[in-house]
Amino acid sequence: MQFLALIYAGEDQDDVDMETLIAQYQVFEEQLDTAGIMHGGNALEPISTATSVRVRNGQSKVIDGPFAETKEQLGGYYLLECKDLDEALEWAAKIPSARYGTIEVRPVMVFDQ
Amino acid sequence: MNNLARIFRAESGKVLASLAYWSRDLQLAEDALQDACEQAASKWPIQGVPSNTGAWLHLVAKRKLIDKLRQQQSQKNDQKLRLIEESLYVDSDTIAETEYEVPDERLRLIFTCCHPALNEEAQVALTLRTLCGLEVREIARAYLTSEAAIGQRITRAKKKIRDAGISYEVPKSEQLSVRLPSVLKVIYLIYNESYTAYQGQSLTRLDLASEAVRLSLVMVKLIPNPEVLGLAALMLFHDSRRLSRCSDVEPYIPLEQQDRSFWDQKQIEQANQFIQQALQFKQRGPYQIQAAISALHAKAKSWETTDWPQIQLLYMSLLQLQPSPVIALNLGIAKANAGQVQQAYSDVLALSGALQHYQPYHAACAELESRLLLSEKAYCSISKAIGLTKNSIERDFLIKKRGLLAQKG
Repeated sequence: MQFLALIYAGEDQDDVDMETLIAQYQVFEEQLDTAGIMHGGNALEPISTATSVRVRNGQSKVIDGPFAETKEQLGGYYLLECKDLDEALEWAAKIPSARYGTIEVRPVMVFDQ
Repeated sequence: MNNLARIFRAESGKVLASLAYWSRDLQLAEDALQDACEQAASKWPIQGVPSNTGAWLHLVAKRKLIDKLRQQQSQKNDQKLRLIEESLYVDSDTIAETEYEVPDERLRLIFTCCHPALNEEAQVALTLRTLCGLEVREIARAYLTSEAAIGQRITRAKKKIRDAGISYEVPKSEQLSVRLPSVLKVIYLIYNESYTAYQGQSLTRLDLASEAVRLSLVMVKLIPNPEVLGLAALMLFHDSRRLSRCSDVEPYIPLEQQDRSFWDQKQIEQANQFIQQALQFKQRGPYQIQAAISALHAKAKSWETTDWPQIQLLYMSLLQLQPSPVIALNLGIAKANAGQVQQAYSDVLALSGALQHYQPYHAACAELESRLLLSEKAYCSISKAIGLTKNSIERDFLIKKRGLLAQKG
């Protein structure tokens, strides 16, 4: 089954410099590749670039900023193919940002055709 | 509980664990088992009860499960169906349809029910419901909460197991330490329920007690961790007193009046061994402390010669690890038995807010008041205790005690 690992962390929470962090993410992604379970994943531009939109009564309204102001922000994600939640959690715990942020793991909903 | 209900409860855990393993859907498994029980309830009184009731229920419930999976017509179910049908074919290949052992998947299920992705309260409630076949109202009582809350907790937990990808597996060794405490707590509560169950005819539900003891022994074999050993020892000590807890004329005999020659020395010996083994780890924990308290009772020749000062110290240490008004109450009782009745009484009274709906609190007050010759207060407290108990055996016992108090006063 597929799980989305959502990476939440404060944008200034990194415990190492950017270069080291990127290198750590590279190592992690190599592990994912070897295991053959990565179905996608990206880092997101910082929260200052967020724009939100909602449509009410047919009118769209664009708002500067994120959907919710929180201390920890969604900074990226991985889409993983895993046997079960335990396996997904094990991989999620290896995501470098798990050290200082929080990884939320959710199964991808499957619709019957 | 009638005979059929007793059989259903005794078999339900094992059957349900197997069905859940196949279907990966606890609700569906429970529905299938429910259907099988209904079929049994209409067939058995006419055709007679089969010799292997577990295998009968397992087989019929499995067929019901297949029907239910087919009805759902979901692509996800195709593989499940194939596997379960294969297993059914193997089963019916045996000499007679019901001459086989229901495979024991309970350990798998207990770890699933106690998965950290569920909150702890849900873990315990779910395990009691699925593995032990306890009714929602019994769980509500064990938890001092409402039936509606427990029902909702269980429904949510089942849904999360199904939808969040929680597996039906025993965790790998590196995850065991995280997953263990809630499993132990669950086993502990199962045992607790077994000897205070309020609806059964007898105060000791032997099946449940041996179920809990058995599960704890399996855990000892699997992970000889100090608290696992402590819990197993604790339950063996309690279980060793099973025969002396009631007699032909007395349905309930409290520890202080028990005939200690009935205590099962083999179980006590095994429990002492577990404690010794646990102590070698030098990591104190609540189950080990409680087991140590039980060990002192097991060692004592009589209630009067019990080492109460030592028990008092152990309860203090337990209270430190696990602050709770119920433990504070037990500490108070130990203190009184160690000689400080007046001091213990004021300690216990300070718990009235937290424990006003807790029957043993009022029974303990009555005991202390009687010792302090406050007979009117004692009568009042024991009446409160009688009003709070839902167990007819407990009620009779307390009414008798009230009679004695009235005589004394």
